[in-house]
Amino acid sequence: MQATSPKQSHAGHAEAHHEEPGFWSKYIFSTDHKIIGIQYGLTALTFLLFGFCLMLMMRWQIAHPGQPVPLVGPLLAKVLGGVAAGGVMSADLYNSFGAMHGTIMVFLAVVPLAFGAFGNYVVPLMIGAPDMAFPRVNMASYQAYVVGGIIMFVSFFIPGGAAQAGWTSYSPLATSIPTDGQTFWLVGMIFLITSSLLGAVNFIATIIQLRAPGMTWMRLPFFVWAQFVTGFLLLLAFPPLEAAGLMQLMDKVAGTSFFLPTGLAVGGQLADVSGGGSPLLWQHLFWFLGHPEVYVLILPAMGIVCEVISNNTRKQIWGYKSLVYSSLAIGFLSFIVWAHHMYLTGMGTKISTFFQTTTMIISIPSVIILTCFFISLWGGSIRFNTPMLFALAFLPMFGIGGLTGLPLGFSASDLHLHDTYYVIAHFHYVVAPGTIFALFAGIYYWFPKMTGRLMSEYWGRVHFWGSLIFMNVVFQPMFAQGMAGMIRRMADGGANYSLARVPDAIGGLSDTIMSLHTLILWGGIGLGLVQIPFIINVFWSIKHGRKVTSDNPWDATTLEWQTPTPPPHGNFAAEPTVHRGPYDYSLPGKAKDFTPQNEPDQGGKH
Amino acid sequence: MEIPYTAQPRKDTGLYNAKVGIWLFLASEVMLFGGLFSAYILLRVGATPGTWVHGLLNIPIGTFNTAVLITSSVTVVLSWAALKVGNFGRYRFYQAITILCALGFLGIKSFEYREKFSHYEVWLNQPVTVTRGGQEVQTDRLLGHIEYQGHHPAFWSTKTLAEKQVESFKFTPDPIHYKMTPKEMAHARKTAAGRKAEEFEFKAADVKRLSAFVPGHSTYFALYFTLTALHALHVLGGAVVIFYIWGPGAKMWKTDPERYTNRVEVSGLFWHFVDLVWIFLFPVLYLL
Amino acid sequence: MSDHSHQDIAKHVKIYITVFVALLVGTIITVALNYLHFDSMALTIAIALFVATIKAALVACYFMHLISERKMIYLIMAFTVFFFIGLMFLTLGAHYDYPPNTTTL
Repeated sequence: MQATSPKQSHAGHAEAHHEEPGFWSKYIFSTDHKIIGIQYGLTALTFLLFGFCLMLMMRWQIAHPGQPVPLVGPLLAKVLGGVAAGGVMSADLYNSFGAMHGTIMVFLAVVPLAFGAFGNYVVPLMIGAPDMAFPRVNMASYQAYVVGGIIMFVSFFIPGGAAQAGWTSYSPLATSIPTDGQTFWLVGMIFLITSSLLGAVNFIATIIQLRAPGMTWMRLPFFVWAQFVTGFLLLLAFPPLEAAGLMQLMDKVAGTSFFLPTGLAVGGQLADVSGGGSPLLWQHLFWFLGHPEVYVLILPAMGIVCEVISNNTRKQIWGYKSLVYSSLAIGFLSFIVWAHHMYLTGMGTKISTFFQTTTMIISIPSVIILTCFFISLWGGSIRFNTPMLFALAFLPMFGIGGLTGLPLGFSASDLHLHDTYYVIAHFHYVVAPGTIFALFAGIYYWFPKMTGRLMSEYWGRVHFWGSLIFMNVVFQPMFAQGMAGMIRRMADGGANYSLARVPDAIGGLSDTIMSLHTLILWGGIGLGLVQIPFIINVFWSIKHGRKVTSDNPWDATTLEWQTPTPPPHGNFAAEPTVHRGPYDYSLPGKAKDFTPQNEPDQGGKH
Repeated sequence: MEIPYTAQPRKDTGLYNAKVGIWLFLASEVMLFGGLFSAYILLRVGATPGTWVHGLLNIPIGTFNTAVLITSSVTVVLSWAALKVGNFGRYRFYQAITILCALGFLGIKSFEYREKFSHYEVWLNQPVTVTRGGQEVQTDRLLGHIEYQGHHPAFWSTKTLAEKQVESFKFTPDPIHYKMTPKEMAHARKTAAGRKAEEFEFKAADVKRLSAFVPGHSTYFALYFTLTALHALHVLGGAVVIFYIWGPGAKMWKTDPERYTNRVEVSGLFWHFVDLVWIFLFPVLYLL
Repeated sequence: MSDHSHQDIAKHVKIYITVFVALLVGTIITVALNYLHFDSMALTIAIALFVATIKAALVACYFMHLISERKMIYLIMAFTVFFFIGLMFLTLGAHYDYPPNTTTL
């Protein structure tokens, strides 16, 4: 085995006799990757719910502009004051909620869940490592995330409320809104970026250095590869946004003009700034992160889906090498496609052609990955348990999200679709029924490893079918609205805009298009309701779920199932040795239909 | 199980964990400063001709500070070499020089900062006549120093004039302006040397805009302060880490000398990177 | 890397001192050239950045031991440099490429 090293003599028992750490050092200031993973998971799920609630209130305002938000209206009025007078969401509050919905979902919910939670819990187990390479850095990463999250949350309650300039925070709008929300947003982002950077360094170093003997690169489970590429995306794409954040912070607090052009007028008055800055610079630096971020969201999801599909089809994943090379290609290309978000900024044909070309090229590896998953289903004896249902639903949902992205990648069609609800539908199909479904699959799949108990299958199915139906009720109509010309970010859902229409004129917003708002609102409410069984299922199953009868309830091959349940501090009693690839299911001539990675070949007894 | 490869390198990669970690971190630092450098380039090529500030920094001090940082870089690597041959005393000596250099660098930098905060540009409503390079020129923009009630105030801006209800203030203009080419500026400085500077008394109503050389003065100073402050934070952070390893963390030399040497190497790698950034910052901000 | 003999280290130290002197000389050259005031701004920038690049390369190669580092580190840094260049030049390219008949300030 190429990675075998002379073993240190103090294997397990020297460590085992340490005194039990107290509550604080065990659960709050823990350096154990499993505890940190669970901390990440719970925090991120809380933010996921919070971000969803923001959106539900916004959907009410869109469907019934100017009417008090039911149930929570009085609370809003009490807590937030003037911006929610009488429980009615003002345009400013709508903008705040919109900006924070995006920020929270991307930076505080989905990335921490996909990368921080699953990555932390599963990656070291999968590669046979005792912990992350730098446990204390890992703890610092989680703490920076929490601080960032608190700053974001607190910003709702400061005078003027939270940031209002969208999750993209384009300057000069973001800088010239006179309230402090944007400053909080920027400081919060700097903490979140620092957290991601520390996490990324740790993940990559762990995967490079701490693979168990025999765990060669081509024996890594695809989930680990996905996290590896994700780590690089975070490592190299986030710092330019951190630079941009620092500059916008300077614009905000030190009166500089990094992103403020000469002659900028605010409220009809010439702004008291030196000018000479470039609003496009912000967009470049933002999307230099923004686009790789899309793959940060999707790659770990693909990794989870790959594990679940291979496990539940009971066969090798089709095209393992293609998956690996495709994910590397995605990682590489995602750094040179960013300006397809900027076709409408007055971009010339040469640069626009370059970015259109790279954008089309990057769709190829994504399609390869999806195709591999589909082919893997062929001829499998599929077990339809809850994680598998979510993983299966991921495939068409992500397919819709990906394919509807192509028209946005061509500047000609993007001229029409840019900044409409079509864009919203597109990226939500990628992230919501795409990534979040994969994350649900991951939660159902790894829950028994974390707790030693299974989640309820029945309520899992209720959760799945409800989510699948309502996700589509919410997002499918937005394609139609977008193609009809409905613009994003209108606080009244286009009510004023549609009143101005000329009867029978092409391009106006018809009553049908406008009435879809109501459908979406009810879809959103339904989506919220079917999450209740999930939340209860998680907490109920920790104590009362069916106990697993073995450490490997899914009969899986990868290393995380070959440890005690839940894994102790240090993960493995003895360092495992890896003898085979990650997906040796249904090997001919074997008694079982799965062969764990650490099981030696016959005759080659260890 | 314990985490392996904290001291010994892993066979197939040939690296110990912290070294992989620090290089990954440095990669992200390259992109952080890369973002700022690309901002510099984009803002500079996009600047309206005549608005880009140049030639206002103190080059001799900047050169000296560069030398200080280079010295600290070589002492870091020498201290590591001393540890490699087991000479702890020499390591401590060299690393002490490093820490002193770091403090010296920060001290000089803050002195430079302070100088800028009380140096002004004034935009006037009506042009005045000044002598530049031995010629009389009409101009509505002057660089120079303010005197008000016997003080040389810092951080004044257009707003300050109204807030403090300043009626008029004394202004001593420099013989140069950044609208001139570097050659013209050098010539103007030479001809003005030794002569008594002219003085103006400006009324608050004469002033269109007043700004000290603070970040808000122009995109150049915005970049100058942002870049150098971020760099200074790195110097400070690096110095704190080196000091920790040098002082309170030195116990490890007795228990695990190999890992201790690795720590010194890793902190040194960070320090060299900070030096490397300055190697680019110095010409870009001071000379060009 | 880990098995340095004492002679090796002595050799290293000599290299460090040489590089140190070279860095100081490089600094002096950059500053001195600046006082010459070439007519072409492009030339001034090119020379200053050229010297700076050489100095940076010296620090990276010898102080940071990049000249004899492991493949993994080269790989990481190669990608970083590539993306850094991409960020610089694509941004710059977008700045210079705009549709015909555009008026700028």
